[in-house]
Amino acid sequence: MNRRPFDPRLLRRVPAARRDLAVLAVLGGLTALLVVAQATALATLLATAVDGRLHRPALAGFVAAVAARALVSWGQGTVAARAAATVKATLRGDLLRAVGRHGPTWVAGQRAGQLATLTGRGLDALDPYFTGYLPQLVLSVTVPLAVLARIVLADWSSALIIALTIPLIPVFGALLGWQAQAATERQWRRLSLLGGHFLDMVAGLPTLRAFGRARAQVDVVRRMADGHRQATMRTLRIAFLSALVLELVATLSVALVAVPVGIRLLGGGITLATALLVLLLTPEAYLPLRAAGSRFHASMEGLTALDEALTLSATPAAAATAATPLPAPDGRGEIRFEGVTVEYERTTALRDVTLTIRPGERVAVIGPSGAGKSTLLNLLLGFVAPTAGRVTVDGVDLAEVDLDAWRRQLAWVPQRAHLFAGSLADNIRLGVPDAPDTTLARAVRDAALDEVVAALPDGLATVLGERGHGLSSGQRQRVALARAFLRDAPLVLLDEPTARLDSASEAVVLAATRRLVAGRTALLVAHRPALLGDADRILRVEDGRVTELTPTPAGKAS
Amino acid sequence: MSDALDRPDDQGRPDQPVRAVPGGVSRDGTTPAGRDPGAPTPAEANPAELLPGGPAPTAAVPATGATTGARAERTVLRLARPYLGRLVGAGLLAAATEFAGLALMATATWLLMSAAGRPTLDRLTVAIVAVRALAVSRGVFRYTERLAGHDAVLRMITDVRARVFATLAARRDGAAQRTGDALSRLVSDVEAVQDLLLRVLVPGAAAALVSLLAVGGAALISPPAAGVLAVGVLVAGVALPALATGLTRRAADEVAPLRGALAVDAVDLTHGAADLAAFGAASAEGRARRLARLERRLAAAGFAVDAAGVLISGLTAAAVVAVALRAGVGAVLVGVLAVGTLAAVEIALALVGAARQRAQLRAGLARVAALLTGPGPAPAGPVAGTPAAGTPAAAGRTGAVAAGPDVRFDGVTVRYRAGAAPALDGVDLDLPAGRRVAVVGPSGAGKSTLAGVLTGAVRPDAGRVTLDGTDVAGYPPEELPRMIGGLLAEAYVFHASVRENLLLGRPGADEAELTAATRAAGLLDWVRDQPAGWDTVVGEQGGQLSGGQRQRLALARALLAAPAVLVLDEPTEGLDPAAADAVLASALAATPAGHSVLLISHRLSGLAELDEIVVLDAGRVVQRGRHADLVAQPGWYRDQWLLQEAAERGYLALTPTP
Repeated sequence: MNRRPFDPRLLRRVPAARRDLAVLAVLGGLTALLVVAQATALATLLATAVDGRLHRPALAGFVAAVAARALVSWGQGTVAARAAATVKATLRGDLLRAVGRHGPTWVAGQRAGQLATLTGRGLDALDPYFTGYLPQLVLSVTVPLAVLARIVLADWSSALIIALTIPLIPVFGALLGWQAQAATERQWRRLSLLGGHFLDMVAGLPTLRAFGRARAQVDVVRRMADGHRQATMRTLRIAFLSALVLELVATLSVALVAVPVGIRLLGGGITLATALLVLLLTPEAYLPLRAAGSRFHASMEGLTALDEALTLSATPAAAATAATPLPAPDGRGEIRFEGVTVEYERTTALRDVTLTIRPGERVAVIGPSGAGKSTLLNLLLGFVAPTAGRVTVDGVDLAEVDLDAWRRQLAWVPQRAHLFAGSLADNIRLGVPDAPDTTLARAVRDAALDEVVAALPDGLATVLGERGHGLSSGQRQRVALARAFLRDAPLVLLDEPTARLDSASEAVVLAATRRLVAGRTALLVAHRPALLGDADRILRVEDGRVTELTPTPAGKAS
Repeated sequence: MSDALDRPDDQGRPDQPVRAVPGGVSRDGTTPAGRDPGAPTPAEANPAELLPGGPAPTAAVPATGATTGARAERTVLRLARPYLGRLVGAGLLAAATEFAGLALMATATWLLMSAAGRPTLDRLTVAIVAVRALAVSRGVFRYTERLAGHDAVLRMITDVRARVFATLAARRDGAAQRTGDALSRLVSDVEAVQDLLLRVLVPGAAAALVSLLAVGGAALISPPAAGVLAVGVLVAGVALPALATGLTRRAADEVAPLRGALAVDAVDLTHGAADLAAFGAASAEGRARRLARLERRLAAAGFAVDAAGVLISGLTAAAVVAVALRAGVGAVLVGVLAVGTLAAVEIALALVGAARQRAQLRAGLARVAALLTGPGPAPAGPVAGTPAAGTPAAAGRTGAVAAGPDVRFDGVTVRYRAGAAPALDGVDLDLPAGRRVAVVGPSGAGKSTLAGVLTGAVRPDAGRVTLDGTDVAGYPPEELPRMIGGLLAEAYVFHASVRENLLLGRPGADEAELTAATRAAGLLDWVRDQPAGWDTVVGEQGGQLSGGQRQRLALARALLAAPAVLVLDEPTEGLDPAAADAVLASALAATPAGHSVLLISHRLSGLAELDEIVVLDAGRVVQRGRHADLVAQPGWYRDQWLLQEAAERGYLALTPTP
């Protein structure tokens, strides 16, 4: 975990925030001066009160200093919030662009959910960091310096006490921090385990209920929650100790300064104004350091989110294409896999695969799940790059072409198409945003989506909810097919388009699929036998190896 | 678990913000409890679609005002009653901490200003001792206060978690599926209760108490000065918090929809990344920038409240000095009043942070309260009119039953929404003990609803399901699963070992039983391949398993549970045809002879051995009979069978080229 209070990458990656951060530093210096001015005015005011009179200039000075501090504090908050908003917006943009740059397999590997949370709510944890911690960090440098400088001028012996005790705060903080760290982190792992347990239990409630274990589990939840409490308390007893020591350093320093100063006043060795100034300023020297320390922990979540965001969005693209990508080959060209091996982190998806797909061929791919069928498609989509070997179209290596241009030659029907929050028409127009209505209508008809559209309240304008609620799996697949029809690309890739459909929906989708592949080169992963009838060739993938199958007459007959 | 309070290294909760340190006279730089982050950042977005308990009771929360919020707080606080003593203790300790800080500065000022008059040293001794004692006691008070507060609150949270879980467990609306996001929200909602006490009520009460004491103390010195202080404290502790509450709410209302929309965008752009890439569609960042603009604008308003706080504390101090001098108060006490005023207003300003925090907790608390007060848990004991112990129910778990109950569906009709087409429409079905029946039909025909009615998860709108003549609706929720259960839709795999996941089916099962069930589900080889064997922990929501392995694990668990009536809802989903046929056959073979089976499937293979096949279409039984009969007569079954058979035979006839 990154425990540095400020991530220097921030300045590099979000240049727009530099000015705000500079303003924040200036305001921090201003605050320090005003702290000194305010204390000086108040000390003068009270010292002259001994004579029973109101020192009007001092009162005016005090009020002016207070007003200026109010203004500066408003400025600090506003600028810090601006910086937070700027950084969040920039990082969100960077993250989303990184998703586009790296492609979907990277997203899946990095867990799309985590990325979505980070982009959505996760980065909002930066607010307390920017508006709470960062200004305090600035103050913890400027204020002690200004206070010390002022007290040195007024009374060097008090300044000495402060100068000697102030470093105790970071030193003690660090010592206790290290001391507690090992214990804390061991506990913390346990704590999150216990916390996660509650979530797991709630998520699995329907299953617990189905086995009649839900009620019995209430006791388990209570026991785990109680364990959580005891573990937390054990940790807190240590964690709060460090706060106690730091608190004592600060309060005892006030006593250490005030009592000798009072005794020197008795002897006439110091003026009342100076003594009061020292008393009023002493606590100010400790405050920002301690405040920054305590807020550091509150902003840890934000720092972690920041670290994640900066790291994720900076990861260089795995499949780095050449500096000047070649123009994409024609999708009607011959496709060759030459000794292609694809290794993922834990498994090898394809081993030394060599095959050729001739233009206009309809090739079906079968095999057990996890055998590497989808990887074949992902290679053609440019979602994964071969670990060894190469994939060429018309003799051009796909690793060297402009992938966006190449993908324009493809239409893809995934196992489960994502439906975007938007109208049905926009969802279908995904690949061709400016498709005219007549073309759209034809795609809808070809995909057998027209009866679905007719049943929707607003037809094609019906807004599909978050994640496309409101459409069944079969209807969703027809939307995916409509996208592919509208795309009208020479090469069609279908990944188990009927995997989750019952026979009736399957028949409809199959008929539409047949219309789609007619006259195009097609590679279709078949989970169900029904797709095989129309294939010119059938490939079998097992354990990363590809073999050719010849359908027997029985297969041809259908 | 995003909660900072739980965090062991939580040094101080958010400390005094910048604004809370008026010139040179603030307290001694110690950490006050529960100061707000000082950042008037917009409240969390709480999009209604993420509500945990289904939309009904809480959907109106964001729109309704303070009354709902207050009611929710009362509901939640009722749970604090057993720990009231501890909480009051923590509050008093918090007040003592704040008071010690105030007294430290006031006494030190008195010491210096008195010393200026050159009295003898012994007149100052008491003050000197007091300054030292206050300096030490403040830290000690703080330490004990935090421990006491956290202890009380964590005890209460234990209760809340158990209560929330019990309420959810007792609910019958199993259909209400929760998204992962709504679930983690539920967890953080429960933790909002913790924040309410530790960050709002305890420090708020302490601040109010110390403010009162300060005004009272000032009144002893000079009533006019106390009047001025009272005004300052009221502005800092009442007016500004009210303003902060209003601004926080407005910010939340304005920001929440935008944040919700952004979250949807984020989901679309990540989960739909493949679709976007394949189709070359561009992503939109406009929303993030609009949100940033709005946040900037709102922050300017929010921090104005903090600036006003700084101004108020200074102005009050200045006014107190002027008024006290005019009233002829002695210089020493004027100094004490001035320094005390700065500290007292400062303490009152803690209420601004508490108010903000409270406004942000509103939505979460309302949801927790709705959960706790919603359709409450059924009484723990057996429901009146249900079969007493000694019925087959009690014996079901031991697996020693020779024959299960006779199950009967009588004209069962289920309608999920008024006006919609019924999911089940007058279904009659007999499932005598030991009979094996398959339910097939197109998706959406009502197959899973049928399983839901049988297991008691769905209540029929008309008709009834009986076990040996007793309505299933009458069985207590814990009894029914011993007789009826199995592999239902959305079987969940817990973040636990394979063994623990399996034992859920039958808690006392031994190794041999685990092995048998796992072998029947075709998962035994995988388990044996794992270094940790049965103790292999399957990841978060079974993430370490492939879809097929997960399905097999769930099936093994159902087979291990071996209820007298075994329901298998698409047990081979996600498996390829050959594996599906093998698993189905071994699962059926592993089911004891006397037990009934209700198999739901969209595949028609492997059904020849079953006693009866029921074809559902649009909620009605359209065909029934044995496989051989159904294949012989025209109808949906025969059409589908021929289609599938033709395809599968072609598939099975495939052989590698020599």
